[in-house]
Amino acid sequence: MLMLIEGNVWKYGDNVDTDAIIPARYLNVSTPEELARHCMEDIDAGFAGAVQPGDVIVGGENFGCGSSREHAPLAIKGAGVAVVVARSFARIFYRNGINIGLPILECPEAVEGTEKGDQLTVDLKAGTITNLRTGRTYQTSPFPAFTMEIIQAGGLVPYTRAKMTNDK
Amino acid sequence: MGHTLAEKIIAAHVVEGPGSAAPGDNRRGDTDSHPEVWPGDLVEATVDVVLSNDITAPIAIREFETLDVERVFDPSRVVMVADHFAPNKDIKSAEQCAQMRQFAQAQGLPHHFDVGRMGIEHVLLPEQGLVVPGDLVVGADSHTCTYGALGAFATGMGSTDIAVAMATGCTWLRVPETIRVVYRGRLRPWVGGKDLILYTIGRIGVSGALYKAIEFAGPVIDHLSMDGRFTMANMAIEAGGKAGLVAVDEVTRAYVEGRASRAPRVYQADVDATYAQVVEIDAGQIEPQVAFPHLPENVRPVGQAGDVRIDQVVIGSCTNGRLEDLRVAAELLRGRQVHPDVRCIVVPGSQQVYLDTLREGWVEAFVEAGAVVSTPTCGPCLGGHMGVLAAGERAVSTTNRNFRGRMGHPESEVYLAGPAVAAASAIAGRIAHPDDIT
Repeated sequence: MLMLIEGNVWKYGDNVDTDAIIPARYLNVSTPEELARHCMEDIDAGFAGAVQPGDVIVGGENFGCGSSREHAPLAIKGAGVAVVVARSFARIFYRNGINIGLPILECPEAVEGTEKGDQLTVDLKAGTITNLRTGRTYQTSPFPAFTMEIIQAGGLVPYTRAKMTNDK
Repeated sequence: MGHTLAEKIIAAHVVEGPGSAAPGDNRRGDTDSHPEVWPGDLVEATVDVVLSNDITAPIAIREFETLDVERVFDPSRVVMVADHFAPNKDIKSAEQCAQMRQFAQAQGLPHHFDVGRMGIEHVLLPEQGLVVPGDLVVGADSHTCTYGALGAFATGMGSTDIAVAMATGCTWLRVPETIRVVYRGRLRPWVGGKDLILYTIGRIGVSGALYKAIEFAGPVIDHLSMDGRFTMANMAIEAGGKAGLVAVDEVTRAYVEGRASRAPRVYQADVDATYAQVVEIDAGQIEPQVAFPHLPENVRPVGQAGDVRIDQVVIGSCTNGRLEDLRVAAELLRGRQVHPDVRCIVVPGSQQVYLDTLREGWVEAFVEAGAVVSTPTCGPCLGGHMGVLAAGERAVSTTNRNFRGRMGHPESEVYLAGPAVAAASAIAGRIAHPDDIT
């Protein structure tokens, strides 16, 4: 997984739910590529067509609330988004993000100081977010060691595979 | 210091010793000598049931197959249900169900439920005795929290977590704090579990229980039926909750008797358990509730709804698709007519609920009233099929979410309510209290 990210910001508000991230009518498919085509469709029709690899989604409180569908972070990852920064995350979405190797960071101050179209650099290991327009750098709390292991392995499946191999 | 219900159940499932379980190694903490856990602890826990459905199983199967594990940890503990887009709504949905079916057959899963023998998963599993008190359940569906009504710790996760749980019989968990909600008072007519939970979400908000377990307690809960308790636990996730639990009592025992496929284990919260918050609710003041678009916390009493004309009513789902819900709807719809401008869709939550509804004479009552009776499916709840909305349309629904576009076009609206308000609204052609039409 990429530990250093630099990208263009797409900014959304509070309670961006999983039906907004990927409408349920598209849950008859499951690959990141197919899902990415409909990412954010009902709240931002222009997103899927314009998002670039390396871009950053910035959200408010309770980002990813609603369903447990892994299709939501998969759609975001499939769209090429490199990291999601929010004031707070819904717990299943947070867990799913870590599990599939989509970087997610909770940082209310960074969200406060960021607007659509800004350029952000993110250092996942250091937990810092820098807004290139304002020059401000924000610090997030580090992930617990166990969570960081999953992130560095690239997700729960690579982490589990490595563990199984070691246990044998 | 004492423990909450969630802490006790998780503690009883903690994997002993350093490191974690290898595939197929389903050690379980002995209930007499297991470690204690505290909120914030990261633990590895054994799971009793691992659940997925036709939209979440395909990813789980794909990830399972990359784990290089031949067989699931225990075929009798892996449950798969074709409920979301089944009977299949299109070719792609048919392919997802086929994939799930093939995996179930290859793995010899005794609990794969297909069209004709299924129900909506969170109605079906308790009904079939597949979840019992004391269980730790993980499911690739956010409403897995429903089983908390049985005094189990049940939580929703994504397909990758479920793939690993299928392979190892274990999952990692951060032990949650608990919010205890105590309901007192005497329920008004037509007020049920759905109204209580909508009121609660309206009070604490869609992230009011974020990362926490909810314990539902108090004399009102003691007197609430299992159907009402399932409804409440089902919507714990709509407040951001990790789980929603009701302590085991005589009502639970009576329900589980004759159904349970395994021996229940009963835990009680300690009197000196520490709660993040205790919320006292005077349930006697609660009217039937409605959650307005587009958040489940946008709740108001039905008497304050104003004049809201509607196009569709859905009575069913994992929230309110059980027999008691259909009884309430039948009581109001029998001998009356669905408003000419309204499409009323009734969805019994399982084949057994459907049969019971039929034998009670309610199917006849529904059809004669001008309502539709569907085979069990999640269908309209998530805008899949069996009642999708066009732009500008409004539905009153006994389902659990009303985010923008939930039931169809982004310019449609969903108003959440219990079966009494839903049935009354179907008759009135607008949001209505049962008193308005009786």
